[in-house]
Amino acid sequence: MERRLSGLSASAGFAYGPAVAFRALAGLRREKGSADDERKALSHAVALALRDVSALAARLEGDAAEIVGFQVALLEDDALTEGAYAEIAQGVAAERAWTDTMDSEIAGYEASDDAYFRARSADLVDIRDRVLRRLFDLPEPTNAPPGAIIVAEDLPPSSFLGIDWSRGGGIALGGGSPTSHVAMLARGRGVPMVVGLGPQWQAITGAAVVDGVTGVVLAEPSAETIERVRLQRDELNRARDDAEARKREPAITRDGAPIAVMINVAGLADVRDFPVEACDGIGLTRTEFLAEEALRDEERQYQLYADLLRWAEGKPVTIRTLDAGGDKPIAGYTIDGESNPFLGLRGIRLSLRHKDVFRIQLRALARAASAGPLKIMLPMVTTPDELEQSRRLLNETLAELAEEGLPHATPQLGIMVEVPAAAMAIAAFDAAFFSIGSNDLTQYATAAARDASDVAAYADVLHPGVLAMIAHVAAHGVASGREVSLCGDAGGDPRAIEALLRAGVRCVSVSPGLLAMTKEAIRSVDLAASRAIP
Amino acid sequence: MQTVKASALLTNKVGLHARPSVKLTQTAKRFSASIQVATSESGPWTDAKSPVKIMRVKAAQGETLHFQAMGEDAQAAVAALVDIVARKFDEE
Repeated sequence: MERRLSGLSASAGFAYGPAVAFRALAGLRREKGSADDERKALSHAVALALRDVSALAARLEGDAAEIVGFQVALLEDDALTEGAYAEIAQGVAAERAWTDTMDSEIAGYEASDDAYFRARSADLVDIRDRVLRRLFDLPEPTNAPPGAIIVAEDLPPSSFLGIDWSRGGGIALGGGSPTSHVAMLARGRGVPMVVGLGPQWQAITGAAVVDGVTGVVLAEPSAETIERVRLQRDELNRARDDAEARKREPAITRDGAPIAVMINVAGLADVRDFPVEACDGIGLTRTEFLAEEALRDEERQYQLYADLLRWAEGKPVTIRTLDAGGDKPIAGYTIDGESNPFLGLRGIRLSLRHKDVFRIQLRALARAASAGPLKIMLPMVTTPDELEQSRRLLNETLAELAEEGLPHATPQLGIMVEVPAAAMAIAAFDAAFFSIGSNDLTQYATAAARDASDVAAYADVLHPGVLAMIAHVAAHGVASGREVSLCGDAGGDPRAIEALLRAGVRCVSVSPGLLAMTKEAIRSVDLAASRAIP
Repeated sequence: MQTVKASALLTNKVGLHARPSVKLTQTAKRFSASIQVATSESGPWTDAKSPVKIMRVKAAQGETLHFQAMGEDAQAAVAALVDIVARKFDEE
């Protein structure tokens, strides 16, 4: 019997496959056996979890591999299970004994006054839950069969990265939000995803269809539905192929307005297979990978930035200074326990509090600027004073480099427009360029949290109030002769592109995977025609 | 059987956190000697081959790590461990 569940679209596309549910673990119970049975059950579950993380570690590279490598080392260590086996010998069930032992280990990490140790408690939680899933014989999302529909309350980004999406598949979440980190990953990878289904997600069994275009999930679909979805998917794939074939051509509206399309990246890995001639440069480089030691490693940063400039072959590369805080904590850098991190110390506010770290990044950026047109973009700017303080630091850095005789150049200094008050007072900012961060601007302007599925529908860039702010910034750009771009999810959203162009946006920056379809969406817009109702 | 002892100053910024702990235990496991580590000469001593136990020590930057080892290759083991601490676990 086909059942229809309504949610929100988080990543367009259609997927049909077996549903693999990923349920909550708290409170699950097994039939308890003898102490010997329980010991064997736990030992078997730990061995399987170890096999899983070892295989995952072998597939990953860089920091992700090191994080999983730490989990491997802990699971290999008998000291991790000692306490649980002692409890089992006293007659406690395996799941209880393991959870108790891990929870006290986790509490030990969380009680540390050192943020590095506290941050590692997430790895222990991950290990605890992996072993529990093995104990209850529940599927591990990363072991889902190719083409499966992952069904869960929410999905951590690490799980998404561990799943093989090469042969299709989709995501259906009870919670989540279209602006979450994992939704961004899904769009970049072209994985259809629907969020905000509510508690009814737990009833999805058997096969399921994810319709990421209209934001609907169909459980146990009928033969007709499956056929219809196949046709829709083929049509979408054809459109994607056509777009892909024209991706190197410029994006020009029907009435002849050329629109610049740049890409958002976090490093060279994102552009490995991407033809530089298909984009107008890099509009956003995220530098949050500079976790822990790399924050203070000028040489490593310089190499990474210079690599991107070499890849861009003379096209501009915009690099955002460290944008930590909010939903992006960095151990030892961001503030723990803020009551409302999105309204707390984020972006430039943190950089100006950690000037030692900020100077290192500015030095690396100024040195890399000698390799090509590098632009520095400051995140979460609220007051003109933040821009001027940053400019002073940059100028001091340039003087230092000149004194040391190191090759460097003066990068352009621009700001991200994410705070509504800054958008409305845009003329007060003497920035070389403006980049509208539409995700945060929308969340702050609509007072709707990005990651809460209950209010995600409010956080709509098409709200006339949000569009008015964007139009105000775009108009200031034209009047003052400064470049205005938009580097949020809205730029890659076909439903939003016409409204953004009508608001005056003439430059968008999107994830490389969305560039082809974004250009197609731009080509279908006719700005000379009477205004369509969005 | 002689106990071999040595110490090294922990200078890497983040102390003995996840990655250095794993590197330290991997180095220790290459030797058959029993090896222990402590942040004070009088102990308490911790098995240097157990990442779980080393993480519980939470040794911070600026602390001194003391090693003691017993067994055939105790001398080489302690030398290797002092060396990896001095090299800041090849992190910086």
